[in-house]
Amino acid sequence: MPSAALLGQSLLAGIFAGALYGLLGLGLTLAWGMLRQINLAHFALVFLGAYLTYQLSAAGFDPLVTLAIIAPAFFVLGIALHALLARFKVNPLNTLLITFGFTVMLESLIQWIWSADYRRLDSHYAGVKWKIGQLFVTLPELLTLGIACALALATWALLRYTDLGRALRATAEDAPMAAAFGVNHKLLALLLSGACASFAAVAGTCLALSYTLAPSQMYAWIGVVFAVVMIGGLGNPLGPLVAGLVIGVSEALTMALTAPAWAPLVSFSLLIAALLLRPEKF
Amino acid sequence: MLVAAVLAVLPFLGLPAFYESFMYLLFSWAVLATSWNILSGYSGYFSFGHAAFFGAGVYTTAVLGSKLGWSLLWTLPFAAAVPSLLGLVLGSIIFRVRALRGELFAVLTLAVTFVVATIVLNTPIDGGPGVMLSAVPLPRLAPSPSGTFYLMALALATVTVWIAYAVHRSRFGTGLFAIHDDEEVAEVMGVPTYRFKLAAFALSCALAGLAGGIHGVFVSYVTVSEIFSHWIALYVILMAALGGTRHWLGPAVGAAAVTVLLYAFTASDYAIAGKAFTGLVFILVILFLPGGLLGRFAQRKPLPRVASTVPAVAPRTGGGEPLLVVRDVAKAFKGVQALAGVALEVRRGEILGLVGPNGSGKSTLINVVSGHYRADAGSIVFEGRELSDEAPHRIARAGIARTYQIPRPFSHLTVLENVALPPMFGKAVMDRARAEAEAWRWLEFTGLAAKAQELPQALNLHQRKFLELARALAARPKLIFLDEVLSGLTPSEMDEAIRLVRAIREQGATIVFVEHVMRAVLELTDRVVVLTYGKTIAAGAPRDVMRDPQVIGAYLGGAHA
Repeated sequence: MPSAALLGQSLLAGIFAGALYGLLGLGLTLAWGMLRQINLAHFALVFLGAYLTYQLSAAGFDPLVTLAIIAPAFFVLGIALHALLARFKVNPLNTLLITFGFTVMLESLIQWIWSADYRRLDSHYAGVKWKIGQLFVTLPELLTLGIACALALATWALLRYTDLGRALRATAEDAPMAAAFGVNHKLLALLLSGACASFAAVAGTCLALSYTLAPSQMYAWIGVVFAVVMIGGLGNPLGPLVAGLVIGVSEALTMALTAPAWAPLVSFSLLIAALLLRPEKF
Repeated sequence: MLVAAVLAVLPFLGLPAFYESFMYLLFSWAVLATSWNILSGYSGYFSFGHAAFFGAGVYTTAVLGSKLGWSLLWTLPFAAAVPSLLGLVLGSIIFRVRALRGELFAVLTLAVTFVVATIVLNTPIDGGPGVMLSAVPLPRLAPSPSGTFYLMALALATVTVWIAYAVHRSRFGTGLFAIHDDEEVAEVMGVPTYRFKLAAFALSCALAGLAGGIHGVFVSYVTVSEIFSHWIALYVILMAALGGTRHWLGPAVGAAAVTVLLYAFTASDYAIAGKAFTGLVFILVILFLPGGLLGRFAQRKPLPRVASTVPAVAPRTGGGEPLLVVRDVAKAFKGVQALAGVALEVRRGEILGLVGPNGSGKSTLINVVSGHYRADAGSIVFEGRELSDEAPHRIARAGIARTYQIPRPFSHLTVLENVALPPMFGKAVMDRARAEAEAWRWLEFTGLAAKAQELPQALNLHQRKFLELARALAARPKLIFLDEVLSGLTPSEMDEAIRLVRAIREQGATIVFVEHVMRAVLELTDRVVVLTYGKTIAAGAPRDVMRDPQVIGAYLGGAHA
């Protein structure tokens, strides 16, 4: 049995990892739940965002300031992606196939520019840490947690309490009916897709702050983040964060109690358990 | 077969090993793409986890061959069984979920590769350094090892393509194609969808595992990162989509094209550009070539016409005794009580009118009796047998058929195939030839024979409604629910439909006729049952019931009651 301090530290690590899962899942769950698009390219965008953060930081920008450039640029990418998918009226399953194609294209692009070697962002954030009792907290982790919570809550509040949010939810429920009531559903869908891509940029910056980057690593996130999205409930902006925290903590405990290598099985097992116990929820 | 026989001579011609190895790769990809297609192409459940099943085969052979010293041929049955079992376990969980079916399956299989890879990597199966298979004993089929691999891959590819062909032509294949188009309707017409999906998945995984078992020894050194690569899923889907997922030969053709393309890139200095290009081709194929290269040949030819062996008119057995007894059936949807204790009786040989205002629960009742929804309470007894817990396909086999108010034909099957489906899965299981003979009869009966080779999209509404009728009739049901067959028809089409309904009764079926057109109800029915708010409020002879103040009140509001 590991010591209390070690257990506490790994719990904390689980919470921070879970926040990042939630952040990655936010854009995915909105696209899947509200636009009926399973956007595998979201992972490639996150990594592209991470690499751009890395590159711009190396050029002297503060990592968080780079977001002011990357997020709007990604917003445009998201709009372009949706414009393409809407133009060809791609069904949900085929959106997964097409974005699979984009994923390998982006992976190749990243590999071509930055090579397949590992890259690590050196920022002044990385060294900042605090000691609370026996536990250490680093600034990048805290930033990730704060941003993940803030974005999820803001999206939730926007969808729930504003006219824009109501129009979006109506569009997700029944687009032609929403259109009949004067909602410009095509524009809303474009904006939402843009927002999802911007969320990928934010997740990318957070990823670059805490993790070492390699192009092939993007596939390692797919299983756990999709599990987070499905357990959290499609289209629910708070779902991925909550499910992410649960999975992050479960993984951390698994790592502490067994071996680190088994962590990838946790999310899948939880998802299978959810499918077995509550099939009607999916 | 002939092609395979000719190709089998190749290793004995003394060609350089390069050609044999290249052809080996081509056949190996053909096996993977074709096996993927048996589940994913035919039934529409796209698997992104083919690498997991292929890899499970690789590592089964690796363990048995390198650690236990078995020869390659002895390991192969296990290389097929292990992935197949894996598929069965996974499928038995995923295929039960009724929402999001295809999407959920795709995303879960996407995760499976990574999960299997993790298990292999962290257990003694591999443990990290990879496994050497160069010492695994090979059978001697050809002068050189590369010739032996070539022959094994050729044999496996031939068998796999033959299986794909046999499934494509068979009753099993028809069921899978129906699942692809509309799984709910397929189930209600008697297709055991859950079992079919599982069987196709297990078959697909077993063949992929066999390819894996041979491939592990071919490359002689395997590592987790190379075997469980996401590229395998991408290539396999690309090959099948490029060649055509609805044709048995499509994936093999696609495999040949893509293997040549890949070779061109790996041989050149532009490996990364080649990856990006593959991604681009993938996107273009999905967007612009939905049917694949063989798409236009994918339509199955009708079998030669044979005479139907079933007599046209079923013998009338008895009459008047209760055939279906529904008691206190309740069904709620998130608080809306659609059925609140319905009770009714259908007597053998009658036409029972089931009427009621919109939202009174008529369609829900049909959905509950046909098994699509499970009743919250109450009992449904058909010929003395309790049906309320039965799966829809078993209810169909018991002899209950239905039509849909908004026609739901299988959109990629011809009119003939649509009508031939229910007899294949009815109480007397027919093969395709006999089922098509049966289908011709009902197409002639409903006046659709001229349209037999068309796809349903070529039909107008009135023809689609008749297609619904023909499908329900072809099942030879004892009891048939007609759900607003007259809605949307012109008066003259309506007369035709009414004649048809009478003719259906003459065939020996008992009919529950759900309709808003009162003229038809009065003209056709022997008795009428009235539903409002999920309850039976009246039953009896049509003209008496229509005079019942409660019924008038239900239709026109309380003031008239």
